[in-house]
Amino acid sequence: MSGQVIALPLADVPFPPGVEDFYLPSLIPWGAHESYWFTKITALVWVTTAILILFFVLSYRNPKMVPRKAQWLAESTYGFVRNNIVVDMLGHTGVRFAPYLTTLFCFIFLNNLWGIVPGVQLSPNSHIAFPTVLALISYVLFNWIGIKKFGFARYFKNALVPPAPLFILPILIPIEFVSTFLFRPFTLALRLFANMFAGHLILLVFTLGGFAMLNANLWLAPVSVLSWLMTIALTFLEALIVVLQAYVFVVLTTSYMQGALAEEH
Amino acid sequence: MELAEVTGSVAAIGYGLAAIGPGIGVGLIFASYIQATARQPESSRMTLPFVWIGFAVVEALALLGIAFGIVWQGGS
Repeated sequence: MSGQVIALPLADVPFPPGVEDFYLPSLIPWGAHESYWFTKITALVWVTTAILILFFVLSYRNPKMVPRKAQWLAESTYGFVRNNIVVDMLGHTGVRFAPYLTTLFCFIFLNNLWGIVPGVQLSPNSHIAFPTVLALISYVLFNWIGIKKFGFARYFKNALVPPAPLFILPILIPIEFVSTFLFRPFTLALRLFANMFAGHLILLVFTLGGFAMLNANLWLAPVSVLSWLMTIALTFLEALIVVLQAYVFVVLTTSYMQGALAEEH
Repeated sequence: MELAEVTGSVAAIGYGLAAIGPGIGVGLIFASYIQATARQPESSRMTLPFVWIGFAVVEALALLGIAFGIVWQGGS
């Protein structure tokens, strides 16, 4: 990968960063433009998956009564999602979803984390394709378990028809339909994507803005140091957002499942 | 008579305006959470998931602003 780091000559730093900064050169075929079969983004997702599988398989392979560090980390990650999210919101019958939700949490967290790892600093989740697929899985999941529990007709009646006077139902049913079946997956995907996208863009603005001010004139040059310090501060903010968005995605998925499984609204 | 002229994109101003609402909303959510926790400290764990759900739902509006700003930037 190091061969593709672009060393920018100081004179032509592209200042207002834009959407094109999110498209990295492809790896296979090496360095080709307009070729998106295997880019750095693809590689990062595979690395994330490999880390996730290896970490959980290795740390649970030989569990000890007194856990070592790796086992402790794996157990407390699973325990966090299981106890603090799933059991709290779905009750003890919801524990069967805990493995998927833990995997989802770790996958989103690690993918987001690439956004602040020095040398990479671009999260795969800043391409909307990945959040879209994750949101689609959540969408199918919560509808599926609802239909499985109540049957097709009763599930949709539960979801769409609130207990309200008859004359107001023509307004309420379309609103419920749009908010439950259209906006939920849409906002779920968009929230994760936009957070990662905006995070990367903010870091770019301050990094490149520093260079732009350095080149502008003598009076603005010292301010560029401030701009780069700001980049470091915002990286810490990003670290918070990385965890928060993974948590929010899982909590919202769980809450949609809770809504689908609830007896009455 | 021209009083003022603006060149380039005014999308940033639009986004600034769009961010006011979610800003107030997120502020209200956390203010309520702090108040609730101050009045009844043992409820803090119970209300925290709702805080994040509310925060996420309100924040989505601000994020729509970012996404659509990029999507519809089109011609100048």
